[in-house]
Amino acid sequence: MSDETNKGLLSPLRRKLLVGMAAVPAITMLPRASFAQAPATSAVNTTGLAVTDTEVTVGILHSATGTMAISETGSIEAEKLAIEQINAAGGVLGRKIKFIQEDGASDWPTFAEKAKKLLVNDKVAAIMGCWTSASRKAVLPVVEQYNGMLYYPTFYEGLEQSKNVIYTGQEATQQILAGLNWIAKEKGAKTFFFIGSDYIWPRTSNKIARKHVENVLKGKVVGEEYYPLGNTQFNSVINKIKLTKPDVIFTDVVGGSNVAFYKQLKAAGIDLAKQPLLTISVTEDEIDGIGGENIAGAYACMKYFQSLDNPNNKAFVPAFKKMWGEKTVIGDVTQAAYLGPWLWKLTVEKAGSFDVDKIAAASPGVEFKGAPEGYVRIHENHHLWSKTRVGRAKLDGQFELIYETADLVEPDPFPKGYQ
Amino acid sequence: MTDNRFFNRSELIGILVLAVFLVVVLPLTLDVFRLNLVAKYLTYAFVALGLVICWGYGGILSLGQGVFFGLGGYCMAMFLKLEASSVENTKIQSTPGIPDFMDWNQLTALPFFWKPFHSLTFTIAAIVLVPGIFALIIGTAMFKRRVGGTYFAIITQAVAAILTILIVGQQGYTGGINGMTDLRTLKGWDIRPDHAKIMLYFFEVGCLFVCIMIAQFVRHAKLGRILVAMREKEDRVRFSGYSVANFKIFAFSIAAMFAAIGGAMFALNVGFMSPSFVGIVPSIEMVIYTAVGGRLSILGAIYGTLLVNFAKTSLSETFPELWLFGLGGLFIAVVLAFPNGLAGIWSDYVQPRIDRLIASRKRKPDGWTDSSVADGAPAE
Repeated sequence: MSDETNKGLLSPLRRKLLVGMAAVPAITMLPRASFAQAPATSAVNTTGLAVTDTEVTVGILHSATGTMAISETGSIEAEKLAIEQINAAGGVLGRKIKFIQEDGASDWPTFAEKAKKLLVNDKVAAIMGCWTSASRKAVLPVVEQYNGMLYYPTFYEGLEQSKNVIYTGQEATQQILAGLNWIAKEKGAKTFFFIGSDYIWPRTSNKIARKHVENVLKGKVVGEEYYPLGNTQFNSVINKIKLTKPDVIFTDVVGGSNVAFYKQLKAAGIDLAKQPLLTISVTEDEIDGIGGENIAGAYACMKYFQSLDNPNNKAFVPAFKKMWGEKTVIGDVTQAAYLGPWLWKLTVEKAGSFDVDKIAAASPGVEFKGAPEGYVRIHENHHLWSKTRVGRAKLDGQFELIYETADLVEPDPFPKGYQ
Repeated sequence: MTDNRFFNRSELIGILVLAVFLVVVLPLTLDVFRLNLVAKYLTYAFVALGLVICWGYGGILSLGQGVFFGLGGYCMAMFLKLEASSVENTKIQSTPGIPDFMDWNQLTALPFFWKPFHSLTFTIAAIVLVPGIFALIIGTAMFKRRVGGTYFAIITQAVAAILTILIVGQQGYTGGINGMTDLRTLKGWDIRPDHAKIMLYFFEVGCLFVCIMIAQFVRHAKLGRILVAMREKEDRVRFSGYSVANFKIFAFSIAAMFAAIGGAMFALNVGFMSPSFVGIVPSIEMVIYTAVGGRLSILGAIYGTLLVNFAKTSLSETFPELWLFGLGGLFIAVVLAFPNGLAGIWSDYVQPRIDRLIASRKRKPDGWTDSSVADGAPAE
């Protein structure tokens, strides 16, 4: 399956993408040529979106300021890169993508306000945005009310499905189950200790993980602890870990808390080379703050690692670094954010229209063969079919791919038996 | 003379100007989206109004007004959320008929303290009384022990932090960090479409003017004088036989109730309530609105709130990556150059000219202008 997919990557689309990136002078000619055959605006835009004969406007809505800026900056960068590449390859239905960027400022109502502004005032054809569950929950009623289209990049807790959202990250079962299966088989793990930040995503993820451990793997959860966002004191839980000696520490601690958590683990003498630890919340971006030496040896369960060895990723990583600097790292969510504009473009072309209703209807089945993670396809439930991968953190802050599922994993936002 | 228990002539003009601005000018010039934004800004004006009484007149700096804003907002949001969580709307859940976040947190029945919020009458009473009583308790505990000044400010901050942690931690009961989202109808009336937003705006402006009248009454009553006297020389008031603590508790409680009404309006207008309005940062922001407008001026605080929020929105739309610096600069500039805020600019630079103009026409000066200077409150 994966070999086939890789061959498919050298499709016309893929070639266009390469042309766009390599031959910069040539790209200025390309769009003009394609405008000639661009369909009339009145035909592709019947709902008054910001589409002209030469341009289409989309919104980018992430936190450029506040506590989430450190995480969301990567998503903004990836989306801008995708838009630039799409424009270089001729745009969407012969129209260049213009974007309006708004700052959600790590503040959920601000997200809602800005989403409304983008949809009502700017009439954007789609919004690439949100990061935390809280911001998505705030924006969701707005995009549903004003019938917008949101491409949401973060791996999240599931339990949601909307006509107006395409979830380009993994929902919880997609991210967790394969990783747990792997570690149970590989390490013979029977006992698990869960540590998470205290909000909906870790709680739901751990609930699913617990059911899976108890019912499927026939193992035991020996501890489950939550800490407020931003917490930096993990000594007591580390003592409990030493006491219970779990086979696997399973963590979904997010953001800045990670830095304290891994440093304190190391200081307490827990060697991650010997004590298996599986995290679903640490990507290359977080390691940047944690420091490779503090987390080397830990396993992370994601769908994308910067180190993935496939032709798509080999083109994507240098293009990203060229645009945003040599030192930037690319984490799982950044890659998922990159998928947003591309999936939207492909869907618009499939639907032959910018109208949100038509895009929502055309989305299932849309496949993106140029995805840096390999290949993705949109499911009927507006989530993506994608692989689950386990990587091991290295000293240099990168992950070494250890395991990947043979096939794409089906997204299942409302998992039966896990509720 | 137009002096009565509520306002003198220049204040009356100020209030009329504000009324014309809010009721006529803004609705005619702004589209519904922007008008709804103004409605959101005005919810903070309730808080600022309370702070004028509590901080400006009473000298009690509270850095925890977000607590009361949040309590009022959550009371309203609980009612709206229950209405949005009808069995029909929530049939995909494991337990239909309870709010979605409870279902995600494995709750299978509605907690007992949620049940009364099925009733709108109870909710309206709770919006004012819950924060009012809470403020009464905090106020009694603090002021009876003569805790004041910075110590009181720090304690209010602690309360704000505690309430945030409580809301975030008890997510099965409160919605946690996500807050309560997707509020839809009020007694079957959809609060989301444009015409509803306009109605809500006018309703809110109406409530704001009721609160302004209450604030004006407090200020012109003997009560207001005692508050100012207390601020200037607490011991002298105490030795004159007044119970300083009771007056402080009153000022603090009324500020809390105003903030709570603002919070409830917020939930209605924005369709949303979350712990990000309860914590320390939003509480300090609310103090900044008051400071920019002028903490001694009832109307100044309202203009200040509008101005700061408007600047926030427009700066962040124009410079998504730099706007916070601009906003920070604005605060520093205002506080350094104009310690009494917008109202200070008005009373120091604009008002004297108008007075001179009027004085040159008729010789007799307005008696009330003198006394309002005497109590430290610049006339608007």
